[in-house]
Amino acid sequence: MAYFIQQLINGLTLGAIYGLIAIGYTMVYGIIGMINFAHGEIYMIGAFVALIAVLAFTSAGIASIPLLLIVVIVAAMVVAGLYGWAIERLIYRPLRGAPRLAPLISAIGLSIFLQQYVQLTQGGRVKTLPPLMPGGFTLMRGDDGFAVGISNFQIVVFVLTVVLMAGLTLIINRTELGRAQRAAASDPVMAALCGIDVDRTISVTFVIGAALAAVAGVMVVLYYGVIDFFIGFLAGLKAFTAAVLGGVGSLPGALLGGLVLGLVESFWSAYADAAYKDVAAYAILVLVLIFRPSGLLGRPEIEKV
Amino acid sequence: MLRDAAVAALAAGLLGLPLIGFRLLDQSGGEGLTTRWPELAAAVALVFTGRLALLLIDGGAVRVALLIMVAFAASAFFVPWPAQFLKVVAVGGAAIIAIRAGLILAGPRPVALAGGAIRPIGRFLPWLLVLFALILPVLPFADRGVVDVGILILTYILLGWGLNIVTGLAGLLDLGYVAFLAIGAYTTAILGTQYGLSFWMCLPFSALSASAAGILLGFPVLRLRGDYFAIVTLGFGEIIRIVANNWRSLTNGSQGINNLPRPTFFGLADFTGSPAPGHKAFSTLFGIPYSPIHRVIFLYYVVLALALAVNIFTLRIRRLPIGRAWEALREDEIAAQALGIDRRRIKLAAFAIGAAWGGIAGAVFDARQGFITPESFGFLESAVITAIVVLGGLGSQLGIVLAALVLIGLPELFRGLNDYRMLAFGAAMIAIMLFRPRGLIATRRPTAILK
Repeated sequence: MAYFIQQLINGLTLGAIYGLIAIGYTMVYGIIGMINFAHGEIYMIGAFVALIAVLAFTSAGIASIPLLLIVVIVAAMVVAGLYGWAIERLIYRPLRGAPRLAPLISAIGLSIFLQQYVQLTQGGRVKTLPPLMPGGFTLMRGDDGFAVGISNFQIVVFVLTVVLMAGLTLIINRTELGRAQRAAASDPVMAALCGIDVDRTISVTFVIGAALAAVAGVMVVLYYGVIDFFIGFLAGLKAFTAAVLGGVGSLPGALLGGLVLGLVESFWSAYADAAYKDVAAYAILVLVLIFRPSGLLGRPEIEKV
Repeated sequence: MLRDAAVAALAAGLLGLPLIGFRLLDQSGGEGLTTRWPELAAAVALVFTGRLALLLIDGGAVRVALLIMVAFAASAFFVPWPAQFLKVVAVGGAAIIAIRAGLILAGPRPVALAGGAIRPIGRFLPWLLVLFALILPVLPFADRGVVDVGILILTYILLGWGLNIVTGLAGLLDLGYVAFLAIGAYTTAILGTQYGLSFWMCLPFSALSASAAGILLGFPVLRLRGDYFAIVTLGFGEIIRIVANNWRSLTNGSQGINNLPRPTFFGLADFTGSPAPGHKAFSTLFGIPYSPIHRVIFLYYVVLALALAVNIFTLRIRRLPIGRAWEALREDEIAAQALGIDRRRIKLAAFAIGAAWGGIAGAVFDARQGFITPESFGFLESAVITAIVVLGGLGSQLGIVLAALVLIGLPELFRGLNDYRMLAFGAAMIAIMLFRPRGLIATRRPTAILK
């Protein structure tokens, strides 16, 4: 039982990270109907920026851990948001209205490009960071003496995820920007006729998605402490699975899908074969698409002529 | 104009600040950090100049832009750059912008004339390419390395033509085509090493097993459309790779399988200097001196023959009812269904046939490499094959040849620039899509015309 609860906590941490990346997929797919294949690379760039920022700000003399955490997150969000903006502006915007495959193929090309860019500028070796916030609490003790713990940083991950989700929900539901976004997602032409700057709305969507992916990148650096230039591919695929699982286009769905996927992976590694945990994730993707293509919280897609 | 260029430069500076401006040092006992300000400054300067020149061209000051770019390219050649790569980008980028300005100055291209001139080339180009492919191994410059690259390019053309049945004709974007390559390759490898079957005996089994996997995967996923289908096939490709990596008793895990059976001369002779007892050597069969290149050249012709077979197969099947049904489904699924086309069955046929060709390419892959590991079948391979099909122009057989030459052949020429190969590869994929969103050869010739 104690072991089970420990896996639950670890799985939820992983799931929160997947969920934050998945939001970017879901928002972009909802508004322009394309899979932003390079989204995983944004997360990878966010992780690298976070690592560099930790080192740079530490040597600049910021010693307080909470302050450092805040500056690093802000730095990663700003840089990644800028990458998201530049990618949309330079590559996806000219391809709007092009044949459906064109954006997807250039997104794959972009994904390769960004991986190589980071490999060339930062080297191909695995980067490590010792934990910034060691320590934690022991929640309970099992009959066999197994201690269930939650680390301080896991608490930070949960709190941060909840805060960001609440903030995003507020933006989408309550602000002018969110209204424009929902309008552009449901009918871009009609939204433009009503005076909404659709191009700008799409830009902002990319920026928000990229910034959230960057937070996930920060979490991965600080939680696992091991990154390389290739982490974006697998994480991107998992996050996409999470987005599909939750229902593409649905924000709570993306987080729910991420949590479910994180739990499945964590339990699979613990009770079955860790080597096949990625197979389990893909198997879920296939099963969901076959039996419930609209996802857990999505609306069914209507086939239009 | 200056303000616009400054904004672009500022954005570039912010984008580059963490990743170009700083460099992680992999020291023992934690990461260190150094700065690289000269590189960052140079990159920002490049973006500023390039953006300014492009704005000048858009603003009508084409001559000024041309002058600036020519001067910039010339001076960039002599200025000491902090990194060789930046120098290449500076000179190359300035040259491209200058050419663009020059083309605008030269006036609009005479469209009608160009169209007339291209058509005869378009008709003869395929035959010229086939002729060139046939005589390549006997050309004076064709040493072992050249023929080997030829085999590589032909393998990708074979794969591209195989995938073209699925993606180009039936319109299903398969991002996991490498799975069938892997299944074919492992089938030949396992049958060859554990059951001692020869390459030629394995070939049909590779096609069959890949095709069976195609049907197995196709049944559940073929009703998905578009992007979902693409991602599920991508996942399938990854699953095959992970299984190959972990099923040690069958595939020997990440160490792969070595000493694969080499193709013989149709079972008549071996390509060794000293054949096993009871076997003949190719050189003695034909009474020529032994040379190790014979095997390479033979393999080259085998791949060429297989590739041409796929091509003829595709060209013929396009005219059959099933080929027409594929193209009808690609163009408009709902209309095709309304005409009574069984969507599942027709797509499944495309999937199975495309997979079979992928399996055959897998056997060829074995024959060229002599060993296989799961790492050869990563997502990047799938992306390359799909890119060849899409960049060539969906459904165009000739376009696939051109795209394979560009994407596989060019990087082989620049083996020396190994570090930048994949960077340029990704950039080329983006650039081709930006400038020719429908692919290099975008014309789609209808197979039937109502008179």
